[in-house]
Amino acid sequence: MTARGVGAARPLSPLGWLGIPSALSIGATVILAIPIRIFGLSLPEPVFPLALAFAWALIRPSVLPPFTLLMLGLFLDVFWGGPQGLWPLCLLAAYATVLSVRRLITGQDLIVMWASYGATLAVAFALGYGLMTADAGAMPNLVAVGWQYLATLLLFPFARWLIERYEDADVRFR
Amino acid sequence: MSLRDGPFGDIRVPLTWSAAAALVIAAIIAGALLLGDRRETMKAGAYDTARHAVDVVAAPVGGVLSAPVRWTHDGLDFVRGYLGAVSENRKLKTELAQESALRDTLAATEIENQRLRAVLGIRTDPPLPHVVAETIFDSRGPFANTRLANVGSDHGVTEGDPVLSEHGLVGRIVGVSDHVSRVLLLTDAESHTPVLLVRTNGRAILSGDGGGTPKLDYVRSALNPKEGDRVLTSGDGGVFPRGLPVGTIVRGFDGGWRVQLDSDAAPIDFVQILLFTDFAQIANEQALAPKDLPTAMTEEPSQSIVAPGTPATNAVKGADAAAKPAAGKTAAILAKPGAVKPGAIVVAKAGVAKAITGKPGAVAATKTNVKAKPGTTPAKPAAKHAAPATP
Repeated sequence: MTARGVGAARPLSPLGWLGIPSALSIGATVILAIPIRIFGLSLPEPVFPLALAFAWALIRPSVLPPFTLLMLGLFLDVFWGGPQGLWPLCLLAAYATVLSVRRLITGQDLIVMWASYGATLAVAFALGYGLMTADAGAMPNLVAVGWQYLATLLLFPFARWLIERYEDADVRFR
Repeated sequence: MSLRDGPFGDIRVPLTWSAAAALVIAAIIAGALLLGDRRETMKAGAYDTARHAVDVVAAPVGGVLSAPVRWTHDGLDFVRGYLGAVSENRKLKTELAQESALRDTLAATEIENQRLRAVLGIRTDPPLPHVVAETIFDSRGPFANTRLANVGSDHGVTEGDPVLSEHGLVGRIVGVSDHVSRVLLLTDAESHTPVLLVRTNGRAILSGDGGGTPKLDYVRSALNPKEGDRVLTSGDGGVFPRGLPVGTIVRGFDGGWRVQLDSDAAPIDFVQILLFTDFAQIANEQALAPKDLPTAMTEEPSQSIVAPGTPATNAVKGADAAAKPAAGKTAAILAKPGAVKPGAIVVAKAGVAKAITGKPGAVAATKTNVKAKPGTTPAKPAAKHAAPATP
């Protein structure tokens, strides 16, 4: 735990650690869905709620995050027009993965945290790949999966900011 | 005393377990939703209320967000065009030289084409009605490739309508609300489009996989596809009209054949939605089934339902008695009043009616199946002329 993390800790209110980050991730998703191309390239499409799933599982176990992730996943499905239930399962898989090993990850160095985040994303995207293959009967393009994985991997600072802000809010889970 | 030493210290395990329980419940809900999902079908019921609601709310937001971005983009295009004017001019001169040679070839081909059309009697496809829409949101991930267009059922858009940009086919409509509709792009993993390879006239299925260049499936090696071959919609299955431009064949990283989409040539901001009726799916059996039918009329084998003395009966009475109907068989005959000429004998035999003119060996009328299923009736309910078997 860093000194900065302790100093930046905030009381744990559902609106603060769940509501506002959810709203931010929805807003960012909507903005990045604008159909423009800059120099022939489309905007990236990272999965913002995956960063939340990683951070929420590390901050503390709670009943609320799974259902919040369920709602965020459903939003992604209907907004992006994908199969309904795909992203909720991927987000919950990421959350479950981190929740099961949170003792090992909590308090680690930045690089280890980032690698853990990358491994969590890999679990989520692998599940999404499998579910999509089963649902559509065809394997999605690995290059496209790789681009979305990389874009989401770059969101780690967002997850890190959330963890440092709230990880000491509940002393039982220090 | 810290909280860890107090009574709250024991709550740690239950909280973890309750979080796990919540996780399982949420996963079960999500799994059930995934199993019940039918987004790729073009049936109206498959596009559920939640999707409609999000689309309707997202449409105005997208319009507001897109406008300033598009203005900026237009401005950048203007500046880029000005800066690149010299190279553009050089490129256009080269293209003009190439086009001059092609122009003569085109004129000759056009004449030949007209002659061949005249010879074969080929009809050109009728012009299809369409509406122009603006795409306001775009999902580009590996698991969903869709767009939201700002016209809906208020403009006559329905599920299955093809969507084109100015360069080629973009996809088809999979969800429609009042003022907004969802376009499933050709690149989506659940998109499968029957296509035609122009050079060989071979058929294939264009299957999206979330990448930029969809795959060509079910390509027979005998067709020998080549890079640069043009691909059009084949019209098979009736979802798309035949001949819409799709793209050009390229070799994929995996060694398979893929298609570089024509619609990728420029940003897809404005699209054309063809109000195309899929004739393969137009038949609604419920709507086509007859509703107000008269009760089917039957008769006892030994007794006629026609009162004696009717004109039709009299006509039969005056007929040539040389005809020999099979005794004991039901004679239920279809005939309009006056349709049977005087002197003709109408005989029903095992469900097949024949009108015999009376001339020996001459059979004049067509065979008409008059066997009536329960709840249905023969084609002309007004016809109830029956001729009893005349010994």
